[in-house]
Amino acid sequence: MLSSLRHLNGPQTMGNGPAFWSGFAVLVVAALAYPLGFDPYDVGNAAYFLIWVFAALGLSLMWGYTGILSFGQMAFFGAAGYSYGVISINLDATGGLTLLSFATAVAVSALFAAVLGYFMIYGRVGGVYFGIVTFATTLALAAFMGQTAGPEWRIGSARFNGFNGMGGMPPLELPWFGGPVLLEGTVLYYAVLLLLLAVYLGLRVLVNGRFGNVLVAIREDPLRAELLGYDVRRYQLAVFVIGSALAGVSGALYTAWGQFITPATMGLPSAALPIIWVAFSGRGDLTATLLGTFMLLLGFQALTVYSQQYALILMGLLLLVTVLFVPAGFVAGFGRWLQGRARRLAARGA
Amino acid sequence: MFAELFSIAYQFADVFAFLILSAAGLAIIFGMMGIINLAHGEFITCGIYVTVIGVQHGLPLPIAQALGALAAGLIGIVLERTVIYRLYDRPLDSILATWGISLIVTQGMLVTIGSTWPGIGTPAGSFQVGEYTFSTYRLWLFLAAVLVMAGLYLLYMKTSFGVLSRATIQNPRMARALGVRTPRIYAASFGIGAALAGLCGALYAPTMTLIPTMGVTFIVEAFVTVVVGGSNVLLGTVPAAVVLGVIRTALNAWQGQIIGQIGMLIAVILVIRVLPEGVSGWLARRSR
Repeated sequence: MLSSLRHLNGPQTMGNGPAFWSGFAVLVVAALAYPLGFDPYDVGNAAYFLIWVFAALGLSLMWGYTGILSFGQMAFFGAAGYSYGVISINLDATGGLTLLSFATAVAVSALFAAVLGYFMIYGRVGGVYFGIVTFATTLALAAFMGQTAGPEWRIGSARFNGFNGMGGMPPLELPWFGGPVLLEGTVLYYAVLLLLLAVYLGLRVLVNGRFGNVLVAIREDPLRAELLGYDVRRYQLAVFVIGSALAGVSGALYTAWGQFITPATMGLPSAALPIIWVAFSGRGDLTATLLGTFMLLLGFQALTVYSQQYALILMGLLLLVTVLFVPAGFVAGFGRWLQGRARRLAARGA
Repeated sequence: MFAELFSIAYQFADVFAFLILSAAGLAIIFGMMGIINLAHGEFITCGIYVTVIGVQHGLPLPIAQALGALAAGLIGIVLERTVIYRLYDRPLDSILATWGISLIVTQGMLVTIGSTWPGIGTPAGSFQVGEYTFSTYRLWLFLAAVLVMAGLYLLYMKTSFGVLSRATIQNPRMARALGVRTPRIYAASFGIGAALAGLCGALYAPTMTLIPTMGVTFIVEAFVTVVVGGSNVLLGTVPAAVVLGVIRTALNAWQGQIIGQIGMLIAVILVIRVLPEGVSGWLARRSR
């Protein structure tokens, strides 16, 4: 277990030296101290941003590390969100049961990804086709949920409510000594922060270990990886399930946070957002994805206050500019520049 | 009995026309360049708005429709010459670029012309078979779909442009070495694809309520047809539309539109497990 920690650093991630980890420690301490000086509303808002980052990290793993471009993150987000609603409403969940609903909801999105991924990956559908099929699935799911308006569309006591979305599910509660603790505001912030930290570090270990090396080999040349004896499809399917389940984590957390989920989260333009975050940040690096996504969410919300349409136009422009001029991503490019500078400074000092 | 049979045939023709018309432009661009144009829906929207605005300014419907297709085609050529040509060696990135464009256009339209626009009524009246009433215009749409496919067949099999295009698909470097100006072929193909998308919008314009995000109603069907059809328009799109049309018509009649759409999608996911290169890839391999 401890021996796997040495894979925290490795060739597949930027930022491996003491300088990076010092900066990382400062950032973590700042994030932990953040609720002390700020309004609970702002803290809740920060938790909301962190919630989305899981989906972006999952996409980075699939697209940046393995070369499978999935347009379906929001489909799995929605699947987990609706599942959380259905399960927690039917269980009338409190305390530990809400956490169980959460875990089951994420498992549902993982299962959905496994089924969809099996047909595509074992059908050897790759590249462009993979994108279109996941895209069409997302839109069809959004359209389907949008028409579930009547009272006959229900599972147990959980009604889908069509375009207006499903509401009234309980928030997450942590069983604790002396009664469960409601996860909202500052407590939710800490819970999401710790979960995100664990997922980020876990993914670092994953991509820098043997598994990650195979993923990068598949990204660089699937045929060569296969000729070297790796079952490419198994690795791709595993990554697709992990990456999509991370979108499920975002979806279930989002639904529990707002006690609300609508089909619009899966439709257009929402489905494009994870792609934009990850492309802009730099799909090939987890740290860049984490930081870039958080910054974009912050900027997007600041703009949305004035006009959602203009914010979305800017997002579209950002995607276009990234693809045309900075295909490796802005944040990752900046990180690489920093690394180069540090190396040059070190060389001069020596 | 005849009325029932006619009704089934009519519904199939309706679905078939929708699949062919919405997919043709996407399939041309995919077949020629391996690029999926995610702004396909916006080209359709362009065709719709140009047609409707033309009619509202007193133009006869067919001329407004031709203008709609033409406008989309011209915009397509401009887009190819400014953005798409940079991305030919990066097909995935070209999807993203067109997605960015789609986002900009849709939201830009919402900002500039607002969320609604008055529509124009469906022309050509209706006719009766037995106790059922049918819209005549829907039959015209079916005819248009057949004509579009026949036109594409003639264009690609009987003209020198078609020969050069097919040479470019088969081996772009060899074609270039033999003097084919492949950039022009690519620009023209993108233009034709965009114009066909515009034509789809123009043809369906009289039957729809206008909102800037309406392109989305076409793209699931378009993508699904292209995935099942594969990269060859002539060999793939028609059989794909027939197969999907049958599935869709049956499910529509049995459970309604949305189940029809989802059933079609599930059928597609099953099909690609068996035929990853679509119908045309399978046919091409069999004939080899």
